[in-house]
Amino acid sequence: MTAKQSLNFTLNIWRQKNNKVNGYFKTYKIYNISPDSSFLEMLDILNNQILLEKKEFPIAFDHDCREGICGMCSLYINGRAHGPNDLVTTCQLHMRNFCNEETIYIEPWRAKTFPIIKDLIVDRSSLDRIIMSGGFISVGTFGHPLDGNLIPITHSEADKAFDAASCIGCGACIATCKNKSAMLFVAAKISHLSLLPQGKIERKKRVINMVNQMDKEGFGACTNTRACEIDCPKGISTEHISFLNKEYITSCL
Amino acid sequence: MKQNYKLNAQIPSGSLDEQWTNYKSSLEVISPSNRNHLDIIIVGSGLAGASASSSLAELGYRVKVFCYQDSPRRAHSVAAQGGINAAKNYKGDNDSIYRLFYDTIKGGDYRSREANVYRLAELSSNIIDQCVAQGVPFARDYAGYLENRSFGGTKVSRTFYAKGQTGQQLLLACYSAMSRQIGKGRIKMYNRHEMMDLVVIDGAARGIIARNLVSGELEKHTAHTVIIASGGYSNVFFLSTNAMGANASAIWRVHKKGGGFANPCYTQIHPTCIPIHGNFQSKLTLMSESLRNDGRIWVPKNIEDAINIRTGKQSPKNISEKNRDYFLERKYPSFGNLVPRDIASRAAKERCNAGFGIENNDTNEGIFLDFDHAINYYGLEKSNELGINNISTDTIRSYGKQVLESKYGNLFHMYETITGDNPYNIPMKIYPAAHYTMGGLWVDYNLMSTINGCYVIGEANFSDHGANRLGASALMQGLADGYFIIPYTISDYLSKFINNKNEISTDHEEFHKSEKNVRHKILKIVSKKGDISVDYIHKHLGHIMWKYVGMSRNKPGLYKAITKIQELNHFFWKNIFVPGNIKDGMNYELEKAIRIADFLELSELIAMDALNRNESCGSHFREEYQTKDGESMRNDENYKYVSIWKYQKEKSIKEEIMYKEHLIFNFVKLQTRSYV
Repeated sequence: MTAKQSLNFTLNIWRQKNNKVNGYFKTYKIYNISPDSSFLEMLDILNNQILLEKKEFPIAFDHDCREGICGMCSLYINGRAHGPNDLVTTCQLHMRNFCNEETIYIEPWRAKTFPIIKDLIVDRSSLDRIIMSGGFISVGTFGHPLDGNLIPITHSEADKAFDAASCIGCGACIATCKNKSAMLFVAAKISHLSLLPQGKIERKKRVINMVNQMDKEGFGACTNTRACEIDCPKGISTEHISFLNKEYITSCL
Repeated sequence: MKQNYKLNAQIPSGSLDEQWTNYKSSLEVISPSNRNHLDIIIVGSGLAGASASSSLAELGYRVKVFCYQDSPRRAHSVAAQGGINAAKNYKGDNDSIYRLFYDTIKGGDYRSREANVYRLAELSSNIIDQCVAQGVPFARDYAGYLENRSFGGTKVSRTFYAKGQTGQQLLLACYSAMSRQIGKGRIKMYNRHEMMDLVVIDGAARGIIARNLVSGELEKHTAHTVIIASGGYSNVFFLSTNAMGANASAIWRVHKKGGGFANPCYTQIHPTCIPIHGNFQSKLTLMSESLRNDGRIWVPKNIEDAINIRTGKQSPKNISEKNRDYFLERKYPSFGNLVPRDIASRAAKERCNAGFGIENNDTNEGIFLDFDHAINYYGLEKSNELGINNISTDTIRSYGKQVLESKYGNLFHMYETITGDNPYNIPMKIYPAAHYTMGGLWVDYNLMSTINGCYVIGEANFSDHGANRLGASALMQGLADGYFIIPYTISDYLSKFINNKNEISTDHEEFHKSEKNVRHKILKIVSKKGDISVDYIHKHLGHIMWKYVGMSRNKPGLYKAITKIQELNHFFWKNIFVPGNIKDGMNYELEKAIRIADFLELSELIAMDALNRNESCGSHFREEYQTKDGESMRNDENYKYVSIWKYQKEKSIKEEIMYKEHLIFNFVKLQTRSYV
């Protein structure tokens, strides 16, 4: 392998001390980044520079597993949730996807329901509250007596439920939606549970409670622009939103 | 040998298959109306913490849960990919509870406790049924029944899975169950909080000091009992497969308050991670072990080929079959690519040390995991199934790729995203990395530590995996502990509070003392205005640990490590720079600094423990103790024990005293672990 050319960037990054003061963009230059570095590793390098200059706090951003699974990372990069690539989270975005000398804009998730905590970190607890309102099967945890094989589930049904269940709750769908709607997130949970025989019993109560909670939190309505599907790092389809609508309407009847 | 340090393991009498059943019936229970007077604190919200909190809240206790992430759903259990074991014998390959028990004991190189492991195997089937009831979309076969695959260290197919996201799906199920209880007000959830200290009053755990990571404030919380479910400490190596925030602070605080630390040197190296790409790398990514079912591991037979591959002059695809060394299949014909993790990791290291590594980085460390055979095999099988003859190679391969896609699609996608290579067309490159820690706080059969009323579950305790953990058994242990063991054993302990509620106020002097100590420590960190970043120290520590206390260890190396760690610790407290002051709100650098301070101390203990154990077993490979074939050599006569370290108040780590729990094997005959 020949040595890869290292890259330089201009970064415009949103800085905001907390939710009580206004934020602003600040420009940083960064040099000699390996194309194999991840986006967050580039920010680590920048933060190390900022830290040792001792003039300001390093940039706060959320991240944890750095494997694309935990759903913690949440950057809005060049106008897209999780950056320019399809089907990846920010932590799985690599600098080889950017051009040398490119200017990159980095912002926090943009939604009223996700108040800013600091710099690029937002509060997504509204999503937890939606799950609390009904995103579960009300089964005891004492050791279920029924053998798992006594509830046969067809391969395709299990697959469909799995696809919905692969939502990582990162909030990209909301951040990217012009209405700030949480429909894809809620729909994924509804599909996952309602498609499985175990979840069918509570399906009516579940969908009504979850939709009510979603409204109460202040998320907007869905107008089928399908931006959520495009930016979802797990490729969750808006078909689930149709499913949710059908579930909701039949449950209200 | 030291004794008398509250080390009664409380192993019930009777035959293996009766122990847990009989023991349960001897435990005290608490009537439902009394449970809501009892408070439980749980630190950590992964599989163990979330399953325990939902079960205990459902029973009616008042539960407080703390996690450092923004939501309990982000706990690192979410990243477990491969699967969860259960002895259900759905495949008719003669699996049984005993066989799962035996594989686990043998896989752990006879350094785990028989009674605990048998209980784990016994509960494994319940876990699957519980999870199915909660809506976990496990893989199903075409008739609708649960699908299985096999994993390292076993000859049967007993691993249940949900594509490559098993951990995520299991965790989301616990998180849902937990959310249901939060919604009911039975669990109070503290997101973005970190435990700073354990408060011990009259010899019993009665609360914690937590730091609100958003406001920076210290909080006092009381309870009748504290459960630690904070996971493992692999991040001591800096580069590991753990989440960036995963830390040892909670267990280390308990240790410093009197909790015995067991087998710290047992840290597992996972064979299938993506190799290191460069100096700025922040962490390593695991490729599920399940890939070893279908992938064949090899390096070139000729050193020139290895050099040419590294320098890009040669593609691995052009290395002919006879010039490939499928070294696991060659050395271990009966298990082949499915030998346990420690064996596979060491074999990879041995080949790379011998110069056959294929990765183009500073160390040349990397081997191939090749799916070419699987693609052809599955493609042909599919064409036969469809009854098509005279089919082109390309079509066969495209069928084969579809089969692999359905099994491991997300893993292949992840690999391509990180490396830029498409593993359907070119073999994956992998190399071992620090992954899971079998050591942890010592617990008895009740999962109680040496501190009264302080329980430890999941990866945070030491109990079930011995010197090495078999694949797909971490999820099993987390859930068994949380769903099915702790609810029983804890009620026995809590029952003594029924007649005497013994509420403790946060004004108790022990709370004030603990809080003062924590505040003092934070102040000490932020007042140093040196020139060295926390990350610099962490990386340095990682280098020392990987080099001297990693995949293989030797006496001079371990002595060197101890000295270097002590020097680094000293250097840390002298030169560290952390911005801000104690009153500032959110401060990531401070969070990291507190965690690294604990890692520095723990590392020394890990090296001390490794030095003490003059044998090779499981993940602990001491170069002085090996057979002439390079396999590990156990010393059962002298080292068939759990080493338990007790912190000496106000003294340095090197003053810690080691105690022993002698392991008694009544039901299994100790044998040399062989996978040939």
